[in-house]
Amino acid sequence: MKSFIPREVETLWTLFTAPTVWALHFLVCYATVAVFCAKGLASEVSFDTVRIALGVVTVLALAMIVLSAWLAWRQWGFGAADPPHDEATRNARTLFQGFATLLLSGLSFVAVLYMAIPMIFIAECQS
Amino acid sequence: MDDDRLTGAGRPIRSGRDGISDSYRPAIRATTFILLLSPPLASCSGVQSALDPAGHEARDVANLFFVMLIGGVAIWAGVVGLLFHAARKRKPYSEKGAGWVILWGGAVFPTATLAALLSYAVWLMPNIRPWFGEDAGVGRVEVTGEQFWWRVRYLDEGGAVAFETANEVRVPIGEPVVFLLNSPDVIHSFWIPVLGGKMDMIPGRENRLTLQAEKPGTYRGVCAEFCGTSHALMAFTVHAMEPEAYKAWVAARRKASGGQDQEGLALFLRHGCAACHAISGTEAKGTIGPDLTAFGERGSVGAGALPNGQEHIARFIRDPGQVKPEARMPHFSMLEEAEIDRIAAYLKGLR
Repeated sequence: MKSFIPREVETLWTLFTAPTVWALHFLVCYATVAVFCAKGLASEVSFDTVRIALGVVTVLALAMIVLSAWLAWRQWGFGAADPPHDEATRNARTLFQGFATLLLSGLSFVAVLYMAIPMIFIAECQS
Repeated sequence: MDDDRLTGAGRPIRSGRDGISDSYRPAIRATTFILLLSPPLASCSGVQSALDPAGHEARDVANLFFVMLIGGVAIWAGVVGLLFHAARKRKPYSEKGAGWVILWGGAVFPTATLAALLSYAVWLMPNIRPWFGEDAGVGRVEVTGEQFWWRVRYLDEGGAVAFETANEVRVPIGEPVVFLLNSPDVIHSFWIPVLGGKMDMIPGRENRLTLQAEKPGTYRGVCAEFCGTSHALMAFTVHAMEPEAYKAWVAARRKASGGQDQEGLALFLRHGCAACHAISGTEAKGTIGPDLTAFGERGSVGAGALPNGQEHIARFIRDPGQVKPEARMPHFSMLEEAEIDRIAAYLKGLR
């Protein structure tokens, strides 16, 4: 079976995938709640609806970060070689990028989770 | 401090070479440590301490502080322990072991700890900042931060101003009170540490803060955002009262009360004090400065600048700027001393 995931992604841009997902998630959460409260929509739609919608966004964001992490893990050769990968070779560069991307994905995963914690406890609009 | 060892006024602490034997050193060090520690510990209680809570919200804040403090101390002790361990260890760890320490100690542990602390803090938030919306059953007090005093208006059930006072806030215990906070000039911040967290007063905006006192008593509130030269002299008295006493006080305040001493009042009016100040039940209806109704009961003169007493009132009238730099009230030193004293006596007598 041919996988829809490319066998190799070789560009520097993959490095930023996870932090970008975190930034978008952050923006969506903040903007949604701010607009919801500022426009006084609480009388029409319950706050729990917003909570659930942002929960779905959070799950999607985490899934994308996990995908990015898996690709990075693959690029890193599933941990076959140890860092620091500082030789001046193409192979070392690929491994280094894979490892860095994996670490950034981990950081972004935690950041998205932390962002989601207040959404569990926040009680209502205060305005 | 009287201790010569701390001030260095008496016999100085010397190293082992010039007198004191080395065996005394740890004892001196321990004593010094305890002496240095006792003032901060003693200052944890008091009328303006967030660590000596008298209200619902403040208790949550104090708990949060202590949980964070204990957690922080535990982590600090762990890190210092690790440091000593690392310094004394002769044989280095294997690379695999070091990687394990970095993964668990440097990534997993901080992530889990921060998640726990963040969850705890955010979980407390709905209690620290309760929200009552437009619920008319909850008492409402409008407080305006002015340079450098507090305009306090008690609202009735319909939201209209029932009466105004200044530099003093009274709350019934066991009942939430919503403070509607704003400012006509610069940003101030309304803070009653024993009752809860602070909230900024921002020109053009109404912020709300709900506080619930639990312990009757007299406390101190302050401005917690630098607002000008006399920012540090911008305080107010807080009385947390039994609900019955509070009701009686509100009923008394709603009645006119300033005309008992006609002679003093006449002097007060003649010298133009009423241009800025109001006293209920009299012709004095100025709104630029603080309302002076029942001024004799207030805890201080000049919003916390001086204790309330006739002499201090006279001193303030004579030259407010000398007591409170850049206070907006003009000086009245051109009046005769006897007249200033008479007005001060009148104000002190207001109930």
